[in-house]
Formats: sequence, C-alpha cells, structure tokens
Amino acid sequence: MNHKIAQFSYRYGALIFIGLVLLFFSIYNQHFFTYNNISDILRSISIVTFVAIGITISLTVDGFDLSAGSTVSLTTVVVAAMMVWHQMPLILVLIVPLIIGALVGLLNSFLIVKIRIPDLLATLAVMYIVSGIHRTYTKGYSIYNNMQFQDGTKAPGVMLDSFLWIGQGKLLGVPFPVILMLVAVIGMHLFFKYTRGGRQMIMTGSNEEAARLSGLRVNRVRTLAYVASGVFAAVGGILFAARVGSGQIDAGSSMQMDALAAVFVGYSVFGAGRPNVIGTFFGAVLMGVLVNGMTMLHVQYYTTDIIKGAVLVLALAVTFVHRKRQKV
Amino acid sequence: MNTPLHVSTGSLVMNGIYKSFANVPALTDVEFTVNSGEIHALLGANGAGKSTLMKILSGAYTSDQGHIVINGEQVKIDSPAAAKQAGIQCVYQEVDTSLIPQLSVAENILLSHLTSSQGSPILHWKSIYQQAEAILQKLGFAISARQQVSELSLAEKQLVLIARIMAEQAKFVIFDEPTAPLSMEEAERLFTIMEGLKAQGIGVIFISHRLPEIFRVCDKITVMRDGKKVSTVATAETNANEVVHSMLGRAFAEKYPKTFVTIGDPLLTVSDLAAGRYVQGVDLEVRRGEVVAVVGLVGAGKTELSKLLFGADQPERGTIQLSGRNLHSKTPYHALTSGIVLVPEERRKEGILVKESVLHNLSLPILKKITRMGIVSKTAEKQHGDQLIKSLGIKTSSDQQLTGYLSGGNQQKVAIGKWMQTDAELFILDEPTKGVDIGAKRDIFKVIGELAGQGKGILYLTCEFEEAIGLADRILVMCDGKIMKSFNYGEASQEDLLYYASAGREELV
Repeated sequence: MNHKIAQFSYRYGALIFIGLVLLFFSIYNQHFFTYNNISDILRSISIVTFVAIGITISLTVDGFDLSAGSTVSLTTVVVAAMMVWHQMPLILVLIVPLIIGALVGLLNSFLIVKIRIPDLLATLAVMYIVSGIHRTYTKGYSIYNNMQFQDGTKAPGVMLDSFLWIGQGKLLGVPFPVILMLVAVIGMHLFFKYTRGGRQMIMTGSNEEAARLSGLRVNRVRTLAYVASGVFAAVGGILFAARVGSGQIDAGSSMQMDALAAVFVGYSVFGAGRPNVIGTFFGAVLMGVLVNGMTMLHVQYYTTDIIKGAVLVLALAVTFVHRKRQKV
Repeated sequence: MNTPLHVSTGSLVMNGIYKSFANVPALTDVEFTVNSGEIHALLGANGAGKSTLMKILSGAYTSDQGHIVINGEQVKIDSPAAAKQAGIQCVYQEVDTSLIPQLSVAENILLSHLTSSQGSPILHWKSIYQQAEAILQKLGFAISARQQVSELSLAEKQLVLIARIMAEQAKFVIFDEPTAPLSMEEAERLFTIMEGLKAQGIGVIFISHRLPEIFRVCDKITVMRDGKKVSTVATAETNANEVVHSMLGRAFAEKYPKTFVTIGDPLLTVSDLAAGRYVQGVDLEVRRGEVVAVVGLVGAGKTELSKLLFGADQPERGTIQLSGRNLHSKTPYHALTSGIVLVPEERRKEGILVKESVLHNLSLPILKKITRMGIVSKTAEKQHGDQLIKSLGIKTSSDQQLTGYLSGGNQQKVAIGKWMQTDAELFILDEPTKGVDIGAKRDIFKVIGELAGQGKGILYLTCEFEEAIGLADRILVMCDGKIMKSFNYGEASQEDLLYYASAGREELV
C-alpha cells in the first residue's frame, strides 16, 4: 500500500503541486485565474520554453548546453540589427538567426564529439565566445528603432510590423508565441515518442557505448542534438526581439538558468526521471505561475528566486530519491 | 595458519524469506543455512533467486518476510552497513565498482577504517601501510601496499578486495561469481584463499556456474529454482548430473547441442591484423556455417580483436575481408551495414541498455527497417520484439520491462537477440556465457547452432576451453595477441588448449 502511494506521488506529485499552486493563487487573488492572466503567463514562458526544449534535447543525448542563453542574446541583437541597421527583408531576418543557432550547435558538437571536451566545459567556453561576439557586434549598445550612432548619424531602419506580430500578435484570441510554443512542445514530444531520430537520441543518452555497439551513429546523433538545441535557442532569440520590439543586450543570460530550472523540474513530471519535453513544458509553466502569482501578491521580485530555487530542490529531491531506490 | 578467530560451531540461518518486486515474487519461503568453516555453494539457473537472496543477506535489499539468525542471535539486516556489522562481507562480480582506483592498495584495504567516524581523526600513514602489508603478507599476496589500484590487473584487484574482507573481520563471506573473469591459475589461487578463509572458521558462500570447481572446493551445495530452495546436500553425496537435474528440473540431456552443417565458402578472412599491445598480427578465416572458437586466457587479446573486427576500434595494419570485399569499418555502424555484428563481453555496459525496455533494446539495430517516413511503426516493433522474446525464451514480465532487471542469462539473450533480424552474416560473440546459467547457456548454444545452419559464420571468443571443444568446428588458440595454434573438432583436449594458450609456459595438468 505504501509502495502504491509512493508510486502515485512520484508520478503525479509534480502535477498535483502545480494544481495546488494554481488553487492557492486563485483563492488569494480574484484576478489570477482569468483568461487574460493565464494567457499572459503562457506568453511570458513561451520564450524560455523554446530555450528549455533545446536544452532538453541536449540533455536527452546525455549532453549539456550552457551556451543556449548566449545564443538567445546573439540572435536577438542580430535580428534587430538586420532590420534597424540593414533594412533586410523579413524572410532573411527569420532565416539568418536560425543558421546562427545551428552554427553555434555545430561548434559545440565539434568541440564535444570530435575534440572530446566534456560537454559542460565545452559549452561554457562557447557561452563566453558567443556572448562576447554579441557584445562586440553591438559595441555594447541595445538596438532600437532609428537608434543614434556615436557619430551622430541615425540608423536607417525600424523593426518591421510583420516581425513584431510574431511576438505580440494574436490568433483567434490566443497570443501567437503561445501557439508556437504549444506546436513546438507537442511536435517535439511526438518526435521523441514516435520517430526514429527521437528514439536514437534517447538510446544514445541512455548508454552511448552500448548504443554505438548496437550500430548507432552516435556522433551524428549527438551533433544533431546540439544543432537542434542551438536552433531552438535561436527561435527564442527571435521571439524575444519580436516581443520587446528591440535588440536588448544580454537578453538571454537570465534565460539560461530559468530554462535549466524548467528542464530539471520537468524530470519529476509523470515520474519520468529523465529529460522530457512535456515535463519541461510543465516545469516552465510552474515557474511562470509562481513568478506571476507572487508578483500579484506583491512579493518582491528578488524574493521569488528563493521560491524558484526551493521548488527546484523539491522536484530534484523527488526525482533522485526515487532514482536511488530503483537503481538498475 | 593462525588459530581460528571464531568458534567453528557458529551458523548463519535464513528462514522463511519472502521477497517480491512489483508484485512479482522473486523469493518464496526460502530457507538457507551456512555453518562456520564450510564452503557452501549456492546454485541455480539465472532468475532462480540466488542474487536476490544474497542481496538480502548483504543488506542491498530488505526481505518482505522472514528472519536471519547468526550464531543463535536474530539480526536485523536493513542496510549494507548492518550486514557488515553482523560480519557478512561480499565479493561482487564487478570488482571495479567496489575499489577506488585513484587510491593505493593499502587505502583500499583499510577503506572502512579510514572512512569510519570513530577513532583518531588524524591518519597515521605509517601504521596504515604496516597494517595493510601485514594482511597482504598473511594472505600471501605479492602486491605492494603502496601501489595505486588503477595500475593493477583485474585479478590483482580481486585479491585486494579479499584482503579488505579479511581486514574487516568477516564471519561469513559471499563470493558472487568471482571466478568468471579469472584464468585457471588465478581461480586456483582464489580457491586456496577460500580454503584459507574456511580454515579460519569463516563460512563461505560461493556462487558460480562452473560445476567442476564447485565440486572441487565446496562442502555443501544448495540448489534454488524459480525463487524456491530445491535441496541442500553434501557435495560428497551427489554428482554433477544430479545437481544439474535439480537446477533445471529436468535432465540436462546434452550439454553441448552441437549441430554439424555443411561448411561453405570463406566468409571472413583476416590477415596480419594488428593494433597496440593486444593484437599483434592475427590471421584467421571463418567460413559460412562454421563455428570458429578463439580461446585464450584473460589478456590474450580476444576482446580487442573482436572490437577491431566490429569497427569499434581501428587497426594499425592488416586487412579484413568479408566475402572477398575489403572492409574498413570506421564505426560499428559501418561493420553492421557490411554484415558483421558483435555481442560484446561487457554485457551490462556494452551489450544492452539497462535503463531501456526489452522491446527498445531488441529493436535498436533494426529501427531503420521498421521506420516509415521517420516514424517508427509500433506494431512492427512489438511484433518483432514479442517474436524474439518467444523464440529465444527470454524470461521477462513484459516487453516493457527494463532490461537491467532481467537476470544475466536473459540479458544476454537480449544482447544476442537484437542482431537476429539484421542482415548480419558474421556473428562475433565475446564470452557470451560469462555469468550465464546452464539453462540459458544451452539456449545460447542452440541459437548458435541455428545461425550456423542458416549459413552464417560464427566467431566465438571464450576462455572456457570446454565450450570451445564442445561447440566449435575449429579452435584457434590465442596468446599475447597472436594465434598460436589451430585445432579441428575433436582434435584438442583442454590440456592442449591450455598449453598453447599459455604459450607453453603453464605446467601441464
């Protein structure tokens, strides 16, 4: 009987916890559980969720990606610069950052797969490099419509309206970034559950050597995972620029840790015990709900980090206590 | 030897032990008694419950019901620490997990003293080395106490582990398949140690699949089957056939079901293959339908050879031809697509993915075949998996079971079974019967016979000379990275093989 309760709480504990948090905030503030507020929460987490999906993919192959946040920063300013400085057409504005994300992923995988630097260290180095590139590129300034250069001249362009719609528009009353996020979450979930590529990533992450000796091209699989991680971070960067309407410097630095937290909270959702996209989504939701709800309760924003950290500890404790019990 | 440390009238009694995992009973009303000063063999097919019983005794699991009595006193063993407290020690199959490679031999031997919270907080290195050296000397091991464990050979590491047990003043010691990775000489040394422990009044529980050595060293034999105790008899009053009979519940008709099929064209031709210290110019040939055994002692280079053939490592020189085509397999993927597959020696690390389901393990090499437009067909996958589970007799509660929870023999069936539906022509099996019970062994031999019957080539790497003699059409003896000698079926005796495997160094038995 005890065993069953333990199993149940391990499996559904995280979801029940989210439910309780929702209930708590709904009772304490009548404006919390409204359509507008909920869609606000979802919109606020959509960018982090994209970054977190990328990190989930790298963790699935038993890797790690610390460079996702700096990729967000770089792509955000590149997107803004392409419109404000160079007045490029929308299609290029969307494609170039994705290519940049893929290139960062390729650099990561080159260092990790070919040179065999441990993933954490390699992506740490790349994080510095990418972050340095984005500051050098903007000379440390954020990029906004018709910005003034140091020599007194003005930038020729503005952020395109069609571009801003990606971050600010609505479709059938639902914010467009939320739709994008749901499509990405469901799409990646189906990818891992039903496709060969997804299965290969899971198997590689489960035991790389055994997977290699089963005839899997593990280097290719890992490379693809890092490229995907970079591309998802780049989508995050595009959404950020479209949401804010400018190219903010260092936009992604806080996002790296928030995304990681979402991913690790996600380990405990449905008792997965491993990186999984649905869990990552609920992890991001929980974090978003906490921040939103606490703001409504007038908790100071610097206090919310304590709560976020505590929730992460709780989720990790559930996961790892269970993992210890059922050691294979 | 010194005077016994303990009274030899002591005993360890396990009574009415029940244990189940996820409602599947693993042990049912098991009773097991070991006396001080005896070597007691615990036998059973894989999945019979030996390991579970021993894990309960060593505190890794707790039993659902039943109690343990040591020297007349009931003890509660709910953790490995409690087991050690009660004087129960284990020697596990995997030595590497119990030793800390970066530390010296002395530190490893006295690990529990060093890590205990009692006693002086300051380490007296001189006395640590002295104590360790005294233990090593008493046991007659020629290992320096100051050497780093990572520099030792596998066999030496095992000796360090035994020294640790002595240092911790055990009353009962569990040997869980310690001889599996040892050469005959090293196993011999281990038996001397076991007899030494016995003379010290220690009760020894010995788990092994090698019946001859059990009959040599053990006083009593307890046989388990399907989670129940079948019998406990004195070794002198039974024989191998009887034991096998009670293990399998049926007569073990033929130990090696060798099938003879027509041998066809050359399939694999290897010449002058070399890499590093372990493979120094190997020539060999495997024909279609032929079972070729490569025998050799531990460290002869068999595993390294198998990895070269499978593209997992790269050769420095030499050629590999399959059906006349030159192969340069950069990765195992390339070897697989050219038709070579490998069942590696390290089953849990390399052969299977322990954290994945049986179904997903079995389908891994054939994912491409059952994928349409990138989507894996669940029905095709399930059909493939269930068919293999049935035809190979893999004992599992369902195809969703994590492979790590299966018994050793069933894990090995998964490791072999995953290759069955590939288009492989050459099957390389590296020690496929290591840590596998007789029932599963016979199933594996049967599969090998079937594969040969289909015209596949089999390269069977083993240090079990008897298996090579029983199974192979041709036996190649490997020593120090070279093939020393070739025998046809029926030509070689174990003594011949041992002679060439030790390059004529070892005394003939």
